[in-house]
Amino acid sequence: MPEENEILDEHLSGEYKYGFVSNIESEKAPIGLSEDTIRFISQKKNEPEWMLEWRLKAFRHWLTMKEPTHWPHLTYPNIDFQQIYYYAAPKQKPQYNSLDEVDPELLRTFEKLGISLDEQKRLSGIAVDAVIDSVSVKTTFREKLSEMGIIFCSFSEAVREYPDLVKQYLGSVVPPADNFYAALNSAVFSDGSFCYIPKGVRCPMELSTYFRINEANTGQFERTLLIADEGAYVSYLEGCTAPMRDENQLHAAVVELVALKDAEIKYSTVQNWYPGNKEGKGGIYNFVTKRGICLGDYSKISWTQVETGSAVTWKYPSCILKGNYSIGEFYSVAVTNNYQQADTGTKMIHIGKNTKSTIVSKGISAGFSNNSYRGLVAIQKGAENARNYTQCDSLLMSDKCGAHTFPYIEVKNKTAKVEHEATTSKIGEDQLFYCNQRGINNEKAIALIVNGYCKEVLNQLPMEFAVEAQKLLEVSLEGSVG
Amino acid sequence: MLEIRNLKASVEEKEILKGINLKINAGEVHAIMGPNGSGKSTLSSVLAGRDGYEVTEGEVDFLQKNLLELSPEDRAREGLFLAFQYPIEIPGVSNINFLKTALNEIRTYKGLEAISAKDFLALVKEKSQLVELDSKLANRSVNEGFSGGEKKRNEIFQLAMLNPKLAILDETDSGLDIDALRIVANGVNKLRSKDRSFIIITHYQRLLDYIVPDFVHVLYNGKIVKSGTKELALELEEKGYDWIKAETV
Ligand SMILES: Nc1ncnc2c1ncn2[C@@H]1O[C@H](COP(=O)(O)OP(=O)(O)OP(=O)(O)O)[C@@H](O)[C@H]1O
Ligand SMILES: [Mg+2]
Repeated sequence: MPEENEILDEHLSGEYKYGFVSNIESEKAPIGLSEDTIRFISQKKNEPEWMLEWRLKAFRHWLTMKEPTHWPHLTYPNIDFQQIYYYAAPKQKPQYNSLDEVDPELLRTFEKLGISLDEQKRLSGIAVDAVIDSVSVKTTFREKLSEMGIIFCSFSEAVREYPDLVKQYLGSVVPPADNFYAALNSAVFSDGSFCYIPKGVRCPMELSTYFRINEANTGQFERTLLIADEGAYVSYLEGCTAPMRDENQLHAAVVELVALKDAEIKYSTVQNWYPGNKEGKGGIYNFVTKRGICLGDYSKISWTQVETGSAVTWKYPSCILKGNYSIGEFYSVAVTNNYQQADTGTKMIHIGKNTKSTIVSKGISAGFSNNSYRGLVAIQKGAENARNYTQCDSLLMSDKCGAHTFPYIEVKNKTAKVEHEATTSKIGEDQLFYCNQRGINNEKAIALIVNGYCKEVLNQLPMEFAVEAQKLLEVSLEGSVG
Repeated sequence: MLEIRNLKASVEEKEILKGINLKINAGEVHAIMGPNGSGKSTLSSVLAGRDGYEVTEGEVDFLQKNLLELSPEDRAREGLFLAFQYPIEIPGVSNINFLKTALNEIRTYKGLEAISAKDFLALVKEKSQLVELDSKLANRSVNEGFSGGEKKRNEIFQLAMLNPKLAILDETDSGLDIDALRIVANGVNKLRSKDRSFIIITHYQRLLDYIVPDFVHVLYNGKIVKSGTKELALELEEKGYDWIKAETV
């Protein structure tokens, strides 16, 4: 398969391969943030009054909040929130009825990223919502999904077409005042995906959103809301890339998941934002709030993430286990190389009886990077027989990188069982030599060893994504043993 | 096949190999015996190119190439195989996946195409029978949770799969029960051929009853102090090393 080899070669060349800039004409909001900016965004999106009010309320609250710079194990210069563009959209019509109407440059951008927006050309059954800078440009397979009553569309459309659902659930899991970045996002969010799976429906294909930042100095603030009604099932994928630029760019997303009785949501992310160059210049600041609530009994939410990109990552996909017998899972691989910094983990809030959570976190640090796991397991008073199992492993690839673990455990019910295991290991010269002695060079050996180390997490990913993630791990760790 | 001339090597500034001379022709089996700490594993590490072992003098030719100039992986690809005294565990990587990667790396080096999935599976089946390796072990993570004996058997399975020109077995017999010893020895015997050579490092004459060597060498204090045929092994078994130590002072 020569084509496959080409792809692999490209991956192995080690450079960030999504760093190109596309020449797409765009329309931006004036730089900086004020109530006017928010009105501008809301107007651009033809939003109803209630949505604008919601945003303004969030903004006013945000003005009273402070950037969280003390508790995360991260260092970066203060962000000047007035030097950011909060809205940028491809100039052409934002929503297309057929592919012929789409700016060819934009189509090429997504082709280059390996995302085909042409339904005919897509072999695998994945429906895609493509978001570039601030707007969703195309959502595929909508008709097919709507036959089953599944709503899968851009967030802007949902606000207009399904206001009741949006009003009911927006901010119900991550309230606008939840934290600094969630408040910021609530004020200025531009687009994202909305998905509703009706009662008893198993979504027949993977749904996915692909995020791309293209414009310079533009923040990306997308908002995703996923609702699985009683007995519904959905598996959702999220991917992202950005051009290589010398200055840092801000990405502050909010993802809310709601699982009703007997529903299951599986949410997978392969995060590949531009990490900055080898000297630590440039890259994305990724400050994301992701949270799901298991609202009904026997519901389940499972987060799987492979984090390889971004200069700074601040992200804790969490589960509120409200329904009795509900289950929360968090599987994570976080790789940092060169001067990347990641402070990531999860929160499992046990409220219902017989709730269960599993946390498997694999941190890999190389170069001069810093990689922290931060996790909270909270067992509330009424959570009889709650169970948590946490496994938290760190793998060090050099002597100059750091791995840190900050597990917080709060138990308010005596029947709870909370288990925590943690290991730290250095990639073994013995292992490398063993591989070498079998004819495998260091690069390949590292890929093998790291993939083996992450296997429990990679196994959770849908097939196509798992392959992608494996290649990504190889590229991210290129030349990292020292 | 292999010619070692006056090889000296040190670890952490300490000289361990103090002038080794050894010539191995294609198809020969050489046993190396010697007291603990005499440098047997060091010799195999140096030949395999392990980091941290500094060659201070001497030359090694392997199949007309200067072995010491090659990277460890290229030495392996050229056909040098080391069955480790202490095999390494690689969690999460299946034995099969590991071997397939290794085999294809070697094939690519030789300008061959990657092996097809079908041929590979057939090869696994054939070679695992050779050492009577439980098929479950082939699918488990490399050496992870293997018993001592299973690890050793897995080394010989890998040897059979990778088809090297020269195989160094560093105390493969230690940790094997009597039946396993016979099975592994039989496997090795089946792998003997006119163009494959072996260096067998062992403390026990018993192994040499099964794998009959062409030559036996005694390594002591970083040097080969005595060479002979299989009778030398019998003599060592009987008398121990003291007489040799006495002879060499
Ligand atoms: N990495 C190392 N650092 C320090 N000393 C070492 C190292 N490797 C080997 N040595 C020393 O070199 C000497 C030879 O060791 P080696 O392992 O080669 O012996 P051996 O003949 O294989 O012994 P055994 O029969 O016990 O396996 C020993 O004194 C050992 O302590
Ligand atoms: Mg030894």
